[in-house]
Amino acid sequence: MVFWIFVALLVVVLLWVVSLYNRLVRARNEVRNAWSQIDVQLKRRWDLIPNLVETVKGYMRHERETLEAVTKARQQAVAISGDVAARAQAENILSQSLRSLFAVAENYPELKANQNFLALQEELTSTENKIAFARQYYNDSVYRLNNLIQMFPSNIIAKQFGFKPEVYFELEAPQERQRPEVRF
Amino acid sequence: MWELIRANQRRSHLLLVVMALLLVATGWAVGEALAAAPVPGILIAAGLWVFLAELAFRAGDQVILRISGARKVSKEDHPVLYNVVEEMSVASGLPKPPEVYILDEGAPNAFATGTRPDRAAVVVTAGLLERLTRDELQGVIAHEISHIKHRDVVYLTVMAVMVGTIVILADFARRVLFYGGGTRRRTSSSSRGAAPLYLLAIVLILLAPLIARLMYLALSRRREYLADAGAALATRYPEGLASALEKIEQYWTPLAAANPATAPMFIVNPLTKAAETITGLFSTHPPTRERIRILRSFAGSVSFAAYDEAFRQVTGRPVGVVPAAALRLPATAVRPATSDPRTALERLRQATDVLWRLSGFAFIPCSCGTTLKVPPVYRGQELPCPHCGALHKVVAPSP
Repeated sequence: MVFWIFVALLVVVLLWVVSLYNRLVRARNEVRNAWSQIDVQLKRRWDLIPNLVETVKGYMRHERETLEAVTKARQQAVAISGDVAARAQAENILSQSLRSLFAVAENYPELKANQNFLALQEELTSTENKIAFARQYYNDSVYRLNNLIQMFPSNIIAKQFGFKPEVYFELEAPQERQRPEVRF
Repeated sequence: MWELIRANQRRSHLLLVVMALLLVATGWAVGEALAAAPVPGILIAAGLWVFLAELAFRAGDQVILRISGARKVSKEDHPVLYNVVEEMSVASGLPKPPEVYILDEGAPNAFATGTRPDRAAVVVTAGLLERLTRDELQGVIAHEISHIKHRDVVYLTVMAVMVGTIVILADFARRVLFYGGGTRRRTSSSSRGAAPLYLLAIVLILLAPLIARLMYLALSRRREYLADAGAALATRYPEGLASALEKIEQYWTPLAAANPATAPMFIVNPLTKAAETITGLFSTHPPTRERIRILRSFAGSVSFAAYDEAFRQVTGRPVGVVPAAALRLPATAVRPATSDPRTALERLRQATDVLWRLSGFAFIPCSCGTTLKVPPVYRGQELPCPHCGALHKVVAPSP
């Protein structure tokens, strides 16, 4: 009798461990899936930029520095691979350089009438949005995975099977957190 | 998000069970009242339900799309719409973006369909594309994608089929009882001495359709609130959906493409204008003004908990609308508004261009900046530009 109770208990514990393990795996897969989404959008942005620079060049003769900043930021972002934090920083610089390019473009009415430029602007705006939304989804899934890894009782199983907490993808620029300076 | 879906599923399952019990009870009542044969009554109810459910799911979304006259658009037809749909499906982590359809209607409205998240579709009217800015469009699409993500189409379809079965059965029984040979039945029942059961059956036949309808409508309204909450969270910009709802209400006219079965899937009731107070109980959608007020009461950050809080404050109801499990999810900061570079005229042009393209018009850009839109019935080989007179070759677009 005691033996069978012991066996039943063992089976229950085993099933429980399996379900916790599966939850961890699901959470980790979601993080990976979310990361690949970000990756797709970042690559798409790299592909769009040379086109944009080419289109804009003829109109913005006096903005060589802005254009060079974009090209350089893109090269640097492409060169970095692996580390999430380093990539986030490089992509962040690229985002900013693009933003200043579009801000400067406001001064060129001819450019704003160019169909090709408008189409590219819509594409890049959308890609920026997708990066932001994919990042949000990625961070949500990282939050869930890390919670599972740190909280009892799933932390025991996470430790046993070597699940590691993931890093959040922060895109906010450090400058954005500061108050804007106003100079006269 | 998964917590919400799971909690939703639990609650929906409970409601499904209650509705199924009501269906069985109606079957029993009809059998009891008409022939003193409860078991065949239940079997007939179950059989009818299976038949109708099979019909509903076999036909499925494709029929809904075809009946409504919606037409599929590609990215070239309307890049902004297509991009916004992609953005929102990235934000909600859908396995793949839903297909995009457009409806040739002036009233701004939108709906979602598809019993599976990987085979879903979002439909918008031309009026919606014409009136809404990018941020507003994003809110509407996020609401529809939340419907898809929360599996609302499946639940509402299953529920609607049950309600339909109950209504058909009860209606049939009522006609036989009150207009047919009811007297013979009554004597036989009193001889069996089952008068209380008979009375209960009559009461059920009279009340079941009403109860079923009210339950269904309550579910439908709850799902609308949840889709609003999901949209606010996915866009991180509740104001987008709020001002979209304002415009949709302002330019509201009934939609010919909608029917009572598809009405709950629209962002705003396409058949009757959303009413406040008592008639609200019989409405598929919550009052639009209430939805707007809830969406406007966020400050700084959005979360399901914040939506629930706002819901309780605006409606004055003690119990919130969001399942407990979703309340623990983290909050996201509200993002700033973005400026839509398109003017109202450009939006109108983009919306009508889609319809023209779908009707087979050929678009020929002229070097002077004009775009020639050639109807499919034009048989000539060449066409001069009306502005600069340059001749253009006309090539019929592939159908």
